[in-house]
Amino acid sequence: MDIQEYFSLVFSDYTLRTITLGTAILGAVTGMLGSFAVLRKQSLLGDAISHAALPGIAIAFLITGAKDSNTLLFGALISGLIGTFWIRGIITKTHLKSDTALGLILSLFFGFGMLLLTFIQKQPNANQAGLDKYLFGQAATLVVSDVWMMAIVTGLCLLVMLTFWKEFKILLFDADYTKTLGFNTKFIDILITSFIVLAIVLGLQTVGVVLMSAMLLAPAAAARQWTNSLSVMVFLAAIFGAFSGVLGTAISASQNNLSTGPVIVLVASVFVVFSFIFSPSRGLLFKQLRFIKNRRDLQLHKTLAFMHQIAATHEDISHPHAIKLLNSFQGYTKSTLQKLVDKDYVQLQGNMWSLTKIGFETAANLYTKQTTEDE
Amino acid sequence: MSSAQIEIQLIASLVAVACAIPGTFLVLRKMAMISDAISHSILPGIVIGFFITHDLNSPLLILLAALTGIITVVLVEYIQKTGLVKEDTAIGLVFPALFSIGVIMIAKNANDVHLDVDAVLLGELAFAPFDRLLIRGTDVGPKSLWVVGTILMITITLLITFFKELKISTFDKGLAASLGFSPAILHYGLMSVSSVTTVGAFDAVGAILVVALMIAPAAAAYLLTTDLKKMLALAIGFGIFSAIFGYWVAHWLDASISGSITTVLGLVFLSVYLFAPTKGVIAVMYRERQQRTEVSLLTFLLHLKNHDDLKERHVNHLNEHINWQKVRSKTVLDLAQKNNMIHIENNIVSLTKKGDEFTSKAIDYIITNEDTQIEDMKDDFFLFRG
Repeated sequence: MDIQEYFSLVFSDYTLRTITLGTAILGAVTGMLGSFAVLRKQSLLGDAISHAALPGIAIAFLITGAKDSNTLLFGALISGLIGTFWIRGIITKTHLKSDTALGLILSLFFGFGMLLLTFIQKQPNANQAGLDKYLFGQAATLVVSDVWMMAIVTGLCLLVMLTFWKEFKILLFDADYTKTLGFNTKFIDILITSFIVLAIVLGLQTVGVVLMSAMLLAPAAAARQWTNSLSVMVFLAAIFGAFSGVLGTAISASQNNLSTGPVIVLVASVFVVFSFIFSPSRGLLFKQLRFIKNRRDLQLHKTLAFMHQIAATHEDISHPHAIKLLNSFQGYTKSTLQKLVDKDYVQLQGNMWSLTKIGFETAANLYTKQTTEDE
Repeated sequence: MSSAQIEIQLIASLVAVACAIPGTFLVLRKMAMISDAISHSILPGIVIGFFITHDLNSPLLILLAALTGIITVVLVEYIQKTGLVKEDTAIGLVFPALFSIGVIMIAKNANDVHLDVDAVLLGELAFAPFDRLLIRGTDVGPKSLWVVGTILMITITLLITFFKELKISTFDKGLAASLGFSPAILHYGLMSVSSVTTVGAFDAVGAILVVALMIAPAAAAYLLTTDLKKMLALAIGFGIFSAIFGYWVAHWLDASISGSITTVLGLVFLSVYLFAPTKGVIAVMYRERQQRTEVSLLTFLLHLKNHDDLKERHVNHLNEHINWQKVRSKTVLDLAQKNNMIHIENNIVSLTKKGDEFTSKAIDYIITNEDTQIEDMKDDFFLFRG
């Protein structure tokens, strides 16, 4: 099946439609909440939480003995939350730094989860096969009820986000100010974090424990490059996330042996790289172009100032001088001289140059003008 | 105990020591998450190396994979330097992308690669003794024992040679740079050692346990001591203990060895986190409570000193004036009486000479606000602490 075929089938084929819808919704909700994680400098929290969710899945299975995805995800939610609050405990109660706390919880919970998983595998329960799909995720196992679950949680997230939009925003950018205004910052903080945990847990089935953090970060990091406004960023991140979901599903469905999770993550990474390079205001490409242009302008100013210095010693400002006087040390090149001519600052006669009246005035005001502009 | 069991425990302990040494420095340098990133992103390096060598223990594979680890670090630093995103986001973007590439490479070549993703994440310590190293036909022990042993020897040699430099640059970057130790060389040196250790250990114990073995012993040791040498020793001790104890837990549960080593590490950290003498959660909570009572006591004494009026110092009046709950007032009063700072006569509370002196000094302290003084002063005056 190639990609065109996929897109023609996506509306008619039941399974494909479910999976595509599921990954799209997942991408949207993680992108949305990921924006908050990225701006709150909690990017790696997602990684820690997704790993910390694993023992919850195993314990939920051990208790219920059934592989109902909602029960398992509930277990994941509980253990994700325990992990999150333990991380906060370590950071606030001891002198260990946040990176240590994150790495600790991540590896310890995951190791414990793996212990439980291998323990379960040895149990005589025929039901146990397939729990390891939570490691890397399998979008193919999504069924309609899972998609409904995702849609409901997404709706809930949207509702809460819109209700508390003002509080979220102000806490994000100025936590101390929020406190002085009398908001309950602890409550808002816990609310945001809980929803991030919820979004991560939702994605475990599709993308898996190991790669879930990228789903949270990549769309948000890409969206951040295009805008300075929170609402636009959240919106863009949701769109990027949804597109990575759909495209990733399409690519992995059109090839053999490709699990969906890694492909979605790679597509999202491509979005990030593209945004890093091509975003108009922050992107590396335009930054480099601006840098080159500024350097050229500076050289041009240097030449002009030097010309002005020479011209000022003569009564007639348009007295011609030899081009030989100019050298590259003053930023002179043939093309810069031509540029000055184009701007009508300089006239050329053979191998002599002379400043025009406009050119002389511009040169005289070159630095005074700039300083006033800066002030 | 069979010889295979002894070998497994030996390998696990060597891995634990090899991880604890760079881990200690990573924790102190606030770069713990880098080890997580490296452990994931070496996957493509390992897969490519495996295509070339077809041997998970070949030195070429280890070098290639370690190179991927260093590329990760460089990439993270490059992204961070552009200022487009913060450092943690940069880490979080780089390693999943590289890991995904690795997973896809494995999946696409699943038929001719004897390598599966579970093994990468978890390792399989139980099989390590079966892969023997043969020199001219004689069996000299399991291959991974030699690999990990070599890496450990290199790490220890580097640690002893550059201990002074590492120590200074960890705690005072500016001083290290001004003394002429290149921070870049030390940084990348540490990163290279971490990468090589991760790669060497991953075959035996898997990517995640490497992270756990690097961070958890060091973090637990950091809660117990502030001396670098002691911290290293403690971290190594915790690592070895967890490796051996974890093995027996796995043996008993018949589950993954690396998973149970991690779980034991988790329990070790949890108990240190709770019970560490000065920095553990319980000690901190106890100290906070003690200080709260002592601050209340101080407030109370100041109140007494400010009021000469008998009526103001009547017990009933104090109760409503300071507005504490009954239990709290009782603790504070008891403490004050135990320390001979007040005496109560006909329900009138008044300061003793000692209490008066203490209060005057405390006022001095509050006015000048020199941080260290108050603790010494409390030591001088208090017979019993709060």
